[in-house]
Amino acid sequence: MHLDMTLVLFLSFIAITLGITAWASRRSGSSASFFAANRSITAWQNGVAVAGDYMSAASFLGIAGLIAFFGYDGFLYSVGWLVAYLTVLLVVAEPLRNAGKYTMADVLAYRLNPRPVRAMASISTLTVSTFYMIAQMIGAGSLVALLLKGSHISFTVAVSGVGILMIVYVVFGGMLATTWVQIIKAVLLIAGTVLLSILVLAHFHFSFPEFFQAISQVTYHAPDGKVIVKDFMTPGLRFKLPYGPLELISLGMALILGTAGLPHILVRFYTVPDAKTARYSVVWAMIIIGSFYIMTTFLGFGAATIVGRDFIAKNGGTNMSAPLLAKVIAGDVFFAFISAIAFATILAVVAGLTISASTSFAHDFWTNVLHNGVERKPGEERTVARIAAFVVGAVSIGIAILLGPTANVAFLVALAFAVAASANLPVIVLSIYWKRFNTAGAVCGLLFGLLGSIILILIGPSIMGMDAATVVGAARHPIQHAPIFPLENPGILSIPIGFAGALLGTFLGARDPNAVQRFEELEVRANTGLGSEKATAH
Amino acid sequence: MATLQTTDGDTGLGKSKWDRVQEMDEFRLLILAKKEFVVPTTVFFIVYYFALPVLVGYAPGFMSRKVFGAVNIAYLFALSQFFVAWGIAFMYVRVARKFDMYGAHILETLKREGYDENQNGKRGL
Repeated sequence: MHLDMTLVLFLSFIAITLGITAWASRRSGSSASFFAANRSITAWQNGVAVAGDYMSAASFLGIAGLIAFFGYDGFLYSVGWLVAYLTVLLVVAEPLRNAGKYTMADVLAYRLNPRPVRAMASISTLTVSTFYMIAQMIGAGSLVALLLKGSHISFTVAVSGVGILMIVYVVFGGMLATTWVQIIKAVLLIAGTVLLSILVLAHFHFSFPEFFQAISQVTYHAPDGKVIVKDFMTPGLRFKLPYGPLELISLGMALILGTAGLPHILVRFYTVPDAKTARYSVVWAMIIIGSFYIMTTFLGFGAATIVGRDFIAKNGGTNMSAPLLAKVIAGDVFFAFISAIAFATILAVVAGLTISASTSFAHDFWTNVLHNGVERKPGEERTVARIAAFVVGAVSIGIAILLGPTANVAFLVALAFAVAASANLPVIVLSIYWKRFNTAGAVCGLLFGLLGSIILILIGPSIMGMDAATVVGAARHPIQHAPIFPLENPGILSIPIGFAGALLGTFLGARDPNAVQRFEELEVRANTGLGSEKATAH
Repeated sequence: MATLQTTDGDTGLGKSKWDRVQEMDEFRLLILAKKEFVVPTTVFFIVYYFALPVLVGYAPGFMSRKVFGAVNIAYLFALSQFFVAWGIAFMYVRVARKFDMYGAHILETLKREGYDENQNGKRGL
């Protein structure tokens, strides 16, 4: 029964969003409209859309699951995800809005030699977006596989469906449609989370002491059948010595510095009319994102106390904690509602990633690197972006199907954050704030950060490890050797490597009087909005 | 606007609009005011944030102490991060009103002196 209900709810979301896409496609007459929604999005709309872009499957399904299984340590993820927005607010959002046009690379190209810088930035953007996207698509596929167990809809069909829909949103609706898909999804996600939280509290007779009392005595069974009672408020259930504390700090660094380097978040600030609106939209996003992550207390600990680890482990594993909580607490209809929201979440995030990746390819690589910044015929950039969206979508569908439903999704998202923090953030910050910074510095920074983070992940415990012979399939480490780098998250080392690369390149490269002169222009522009891209009437 | 667009940002008034703004007192004040707020605030939130994983990682005994009922220091400290982040965001919005005023004033002066705000340089974008 819940199957039909989920399908009906999910199909209505698709119908509504396709309607929006049709509406947006009639208004997407110009490049500013296709890439930046005419810069006409208001502060609260963009705030909700940023929140929508950010609260992905990793948050709704992943964090709830981590808290359900590891208690307090899972909640630590929630904290970093919000605090990261202070970096966006204080350091990046406004200068970026004032100095750029469509992509993150615009800011770098403003004062540096545009071609090498845009080429590297485009590679980095595509890398971050693709890893992030594959993770989301695998999430969608596994969700479908678990929900529709025994039905004729397989993992492959589910992944392909999500991929095709997102291509349709982006190719026909551009940034305007993607923004509204994001807004609707964020509202649904918050509504579902609030409802679920109230139901959890109701279960404990709206008594916080009773709720926290239950959290302090979570009962489950060890693999050998022994009964375990644990205080889930206690830290250390997941991050254990010797490397646990370093792992936590490394994760924190990747989050705090990575968010301000995520291309699909940064492009959102080009959709608003000016820097002031960009600022207010970050604050709106922080209110929504913060409220959501505080409520993961109820989702996660609720699942731990009401549903229990044993039941979740037997019915789809950590990622199914929130949907299972809905099922146990309020029955099949609510379960269908929450599952449909999870689909919508994934679909919207994937659309946001696709548009930022394809915009970067079209604007940075095609127009500015290959064709010297000139569109050979009007609308060429848009056409290239549409084709790129199609290719990016097809490639992600292919890789996601290849990796299969059991691939380690969390590690792909962590890789995206780590690459963003190590490659993108150093060069963005240094080009906005450091006068001496030059082209060699930017290229080295991007290269070192990109390679550093990827290599450290490849030689870390996500990829390398010794498994017992009983471990088979996707759970086995691809390289059967003790890990060379002990941490899953490379941030603590790869972020300094990114900064070091940028400094090294700058000092080894020649002094660039032009970059210094253009820095002074950039400083004026970033701080006053003089000459920034204006909103267009539509 | 009867200004002549020669090269990159040069309006034909002898000085580019960028150079003109660079030498304005309001612009220096704007940069200074921003630095005064953003630098210490950024340092504060980074220290406050990383105190959480450091304390949780290296002083788990202290962090597990119960404050009331089953609620411990670790949870309260984590929760406080949300309110501190919101607090900083609201403070910034208030302070930034002053930045906007400086900015508007600079653009006004520029306009009065006959510079065209909408003429962009050809390079870069």
